Amino acid sequence: MLIKRPADIKPHEITEPALYRDRRRFLQATSGAALAFATSGLFLPAEAAVGRKLPDYRKNPRLSTDESPNSLKDITRYNNFYEFGTHKEDPAKHAHTLRTEPWTVRVEGEVEKPADYHLEDLIKSAQLEERIYRLRCVEAWSMVIPWVGIPLADLIKRFKPVSRAKFVEFTTLHDPEQMPGQRRAVLDWPYVEGLRMDEAMHPLTILAVGLYGKILPNQNGAPIRLVVPWKYGFKSIKSIVKIRFTETMPKTSWALAGPAEYGFYANVNPAVDHPRWSQAKERRIGEFLKRKTVMFNGYADAVAGLYAGMDLRRNF
Amino acid sequence: MRYLKPVVFLACLLPLALLVWDGFHDALGANPIETITHRTGDWTLRFLLLTLAITPARRLLGWVWALRLRRMLGLFVFFYACLHFLTYLVLDQFFDWGEIVKDIAKRPYITIGFSAFVLLIPLAVTSTKAMMRRLGRRWGDLHRLTYLVAIFAVIHYLWLVKADYLHPVIYAAVLAILLGMRMWRGLAVVQK
Repeated sequence: MLIKRPADIKPHEITEPALYRDRRRFLQATSGAALAFATSGLFLPAEAAVGRKLPDYRKNPRLSTDESPNSLKDITRYNNFYEFGTHKEDPAKHAHTLRTEPWTVRVEGEVEKPADYHLEDLIKSAQLEERIYRLRCVEAWSMVIPWVGIPLADLIKRFKPVSRAKFVEFTTLHDPEQMPGQRRAVLDWPYVEGLRMDEAMHPLTILAVGLYGKILPNQNGAPIRLVVPWKYGFKSIKSIVKIRFTETMPKTSWALAGPAEYGFYANVNPAVDHPRWSQAKERRIGEFLKRKTVMFNGYADAVAGLYAGMDLRRNF
Repeated sequence: MRYLKPVVFLACLLPLALLVWDGFHDALGANPIETITHRTGDWTLRFLLLTLAITPARRLLGWVWALRLRRMLGLFVFFYACLHFLTYLVLDQFFDWGEIVKDIAKRPYITIGFSAFVLLIPLAVTSTKAMMRRLGRRWGDLHRLTYLVAIFAVIHYLWLVKADYLHPVIYAAVLAILLGMRMWRGLAVVQK
């Protein structure tokens, strides 16, 4: 059984690189080994990429955690992506029907340059970075995931939103042919998520196109998905086809499905329980004992300022 | 029919055997504790519905022999319910009594699930022949608690899912049919 004792390492905050350089070198070596092992035969995730390769990227240790990442196998075979079924194993089983090439992202709303962008053109001129982030699901489990992506802020600057743009709304592909989970109205498709402009512009917020140094597998939200590490996982919308700048707060899928249970902000907060379960603790996948959940998923130093003066119990 | 009971007994252990097998073969997925919780819960519900299907099967299909299995199936309900509860207590919460008490008091789906488990205890304790004799007519009244346990168990499932109600609704529908048949018959008897 995969029941391990918890590591003694506490979740570190963003740490001075010098202090952890040696540890980092070790971790890079081991994650490379883990990748080699995970891709060597026994298991290959259902990958999108016929032909497309992830462009070069650089590591960003300053904005990465030094906790050891979960295995590629766990990350690609245990996740929520209701467009492919409501069980955690469903996305890995069914996401092969998603066609990610060609892929266009429509940019519209309160923006100077509304347009349809080819995915390649969005990524081409951007600098890809690896960001190793904690991910905390609203269901009280968590992982550490090495994403490769671009800061959302870089793209937003290129789109030139006008001053009326107060929020950014993201929409997932809606195509029951490719996404069999959409044949049942479990949620009101398509999936919609949103961020306040300052959240979207925050340096920790990225659009991920890769995982473990390779093209993002379909089941993890290929070809392009949002990653907002201080919020519950459902905010990090997958397989994005539309980015819309709005003056009013977007109506997001889970907040519509359960207004008393899922809010717009959905910041990780151990003090504010989900009405049906506690958020005080979480199970890190691969560990036996639950660990305490940390405010803003451990990113408080970087993001707490965004919410100064807000009642986070009301704005959950 | 001599081997009916031992064969069914062994069959009832298969879900547990499969769970143990999967455990030793790293086949419980990325979150083994969640998998164990779900599977023991599913099987508790299935055995519960199976137990409640015995009487209709006898009346409608004339399967008199099925009655011989009812006590055993009922005890397997209790067996899988114990595994389900122990998974929560040991693997999920690891004896965090503070959290457990809070869960039972504050989380409706846990309150009702725990109530169902507690109600099963007197049923298991009074399942022996001696207790049946001692309780006489009252034994039947007491064991009608099974209906309540089944209703609680299905509500427990309904209240814990996030958005996809398909599976709990299937269990609820089967339970509604099984209990509906009894009510129908009860009314018919009263009218005569």
